[in-house]
Amino acid sequence: MNLSNYLVLASLLFAIGTATVLLRRNAIIVFMGVELMLNAANLLLVTFARIHGDLQGQVMAFFVMVVAAAEVVVGLAIIVSIFRTRRSASVDDVNLLKS
Amino acid sequence: MPILRLLELAPAQQQAASGFFQSSAWLLVAIPLLSAAFLLLAGKRADRWGHWVGVAASGLAFLFGLGVTVSLLGDDAATRVRSLHLFSWIPAGSLHLDAGMRLDPLSLTFVLLVTFVGTLIHVYSVAYMEQDPSRRRFFAYLNFFIAAMLLLVLADSYLLLFVGWEGVGLASYLLIGFWNHETPNAVAAKKAFVMNRVGDLGLIVALMLMFATFGAVDFTTVFHGAPAASTGLLTATGLMLLLAACGKSAQFPLQAWLGDAMAGPTPVSALIHAATMVTAGVYLVVRSAPIFEGAPTAQLVVVIVGGVTLIFGAIVGLAKDDIKKALAASTTSQIGYMILAAGLGPVGYALAIFHLVTHGFFKAGLFLGAGSVMHGMDDQVDMRRFGALRKFLPFTWATFALGWLAILGIPPFSGFWSKDKIIEAAFVGDGWRPWVFGLVALIGAGITAFYMSRLFFMTYHGTERWTNDQHPHESPRLMTVPMIVLAVGSAAVGGLLSIGGAFTIWLEPVTGHHEHGEPVLSVPVITVATLALVLAGVFFAWRQYAVSTVPTTPPLASGMTRAARRDLYQDEVNEAVFMRPGQYLTRSLVYADRRVLDAGVNGLGRLVAASGEVLRRLQNGFARTYAATMVAGLLILLVVVLVFQS
Repeated sequence: MNLSNYLVLASLLFAIGTATVLLRRNAIIVFMGVELMLNAANLLLVTFARIHGDLQGQVMAFFVMVVAAAEVVVGLAIIVSIFRTRRSASVDDVNLLKS
Repeated sequence: MPILRLLELAPAQQQAASGFFQSSAWLLVAIPLLSAAFLLLAGKRADRWGHWVGVAASGLAFLFGLGVTVSLLGDDAATRVRSLHLFSWIPAGSLHLDAGMRLDPLSLTFVLLVTFVGTLIHVYSVAYMEQDPSRRRFFAYLNFFIAAMLLLVLADSYLLLFVGWEGVGLASYLLIGFWNHETPNAVAAKKAFVMNRVGDLGLIVALMLMFATFGAVDFTTVFHGAPAASTGLLTATGLMLLLAACGKSAQFPLQAWLGDAMAGPTPVSALIHAATMVTAGVYLVVRSAPIFEGAPTAQLVVVIVGGVTLIFGAIVGLAKDDIKKALAASTTSQIGYMILAAGLGPVGYALAIFHLVTHGFFKAGLFLGAGSVMHGMDDQVDMRRFGALRKFLPFTWATFALGWLAILGIPPFSGFWSKDKIIEAAFVGDGWRPWVFGLVALIGAGITAFYMSRLFFMTYHGTERWTNDQHPHESPRLMTVPMIVLAVGSAAVGGLLSIGGAFTIWLEPVTGHHEHGEPVLSVPVITVATLALVLAGVFFAWRQYAVSTVPTTPPLASGMTRAARRDLYQDEVNEAVFMRPGQYLTRSLVYADRRVLDAGVNGLGRLVAASGEVLRRLQNGFARTYAATMVAGLLILLVVVLVFQS
């Protein structure tokens, strides 16, 4: 297996995720970007676990998935409640705390 | 020798109080204090009869004091120093202080004087303050005054004495400014209070010195330790005690408040001058005898202060036209005699207290007499507007005359027995001292004779110089009876207490027994010289103020007289030397505080606020900007790690 393929793929996925988070306004899309970044990281964990031949990386990837699932639940709930009160899912509108 | 003598007598044979009167001596302070509290709290309900509660409290305290004295007289002379433990006051580590009372001839002399004269003044005030709407409050303050003074003289430690000391200061403030709806009265009260604070500072420093040296502030320990302490330390303590005494007793250089204190109602002046307040300084010096014994320099300063004040007061008294201010100047001068005597050492202690007692009688009488004149003359105080009052105020005239003869020191009236002895004692010693101090005391007696006669003749003799609508009349019986009692005291107390040196022997457990040294002039010569000077003073005053006409406006006079009319510029000096530089200092301190300290602190605050203003821009509320910042930071970290690894 060629390591650099995996690394390039992971980096690409991470970059796409980052760009999504930074550039898109819709909170749900931003959320998808975050998921993409998490999965890029997972891909790297699994890759290196395979190369080194131990399971620690894979275990770590499972943890990331579990935590990400929990985070999605909480995050989506927040987004829904913000949408209910402000009639918008744009992250730029969530600025009540600013002065 | 005197030190040893004191040690043998006073602290060693101190015993616990016994018997009903001695063991409940705390009632002496408690009765007037409770009465004061009652009168203040009772409100308008007590307006009609409250003053009699005040009189009763003072009278009861006198009877109780009499009881204690009699019970003490029943003891052997050597065991007449009793201590009464009240409660543990300040148990704080190495400082353990009990509140207690010391019953000995000295404190009981004061108790009797304060309560007896005080009670008479209370009775007098009932009539004098009849028209005043807040008479009840007045009596509450009078009672408080008495209580504070009794606490002062009965305390068995300097700290408890200090409590009474401050109480006396507060009471005098309240009473001098009793009619505080008029600004000058309020100002006079404030002046008295502030000048007293200067003296209080001396007492506080003395307390600290004692605690540092002896580890205690009660009389017994301090007096036991005093002979072993270093002279320098005793001198410092003595001088600080003298400063305290100067403040309370209106001695040079803190005498300026006493003249202004005349702003209070006349009974207050009588009380301040005769019984409470100004006598406290003399008490302090005499009580602290063991400290002064070990500090000859401090003693010398005491004598000098006494001598200067004696002449100072007398000169001011010469020029005053206000009857009360002239009497006030005379008090300053007479207290000067007492302080001088107290500074002379063991010879003088008993004489100082003796003069204090006789002075208490005749000065109270004179002040009440002046009050009676004012009562009859619509509160006129200018002696140039009196004259020929003898016919209209016969009782006042007669009582005043006895007081006048007593203060002059004409035998056999009270003043003679005490003042003449002080003059004699001032002539005792060797070197230059007896000559200087003796002559000062002698000349003082002559000046006293002149200004007191001036006051007497201007008021009661000569021609009528009243304003037209005045109808002088004798005061009611409530006022004349106390005056008569005091006049009898002025006439007789000195002689009675001198029989066989009774008073000196009575005080011996405190002052120690001391043989009278030989004066540099023989005693008859001194007595004759004193009497000659006194008679000359009376004669000149009679010629100038009884025979010839007294102008109703003060005539133009020499610079010396003008200076005396303005109290020898005491206020001007105080203002120029202390007040203005003090005000300047405080103003510059305020300025420095604002410009330097506040500016620094405020500048720091502004700096933080300004930098916050700049940093605030980073927080723009856009979640995506924050995310971008994080990414940028992450990238920078990455680059840094890569650069440093390679």
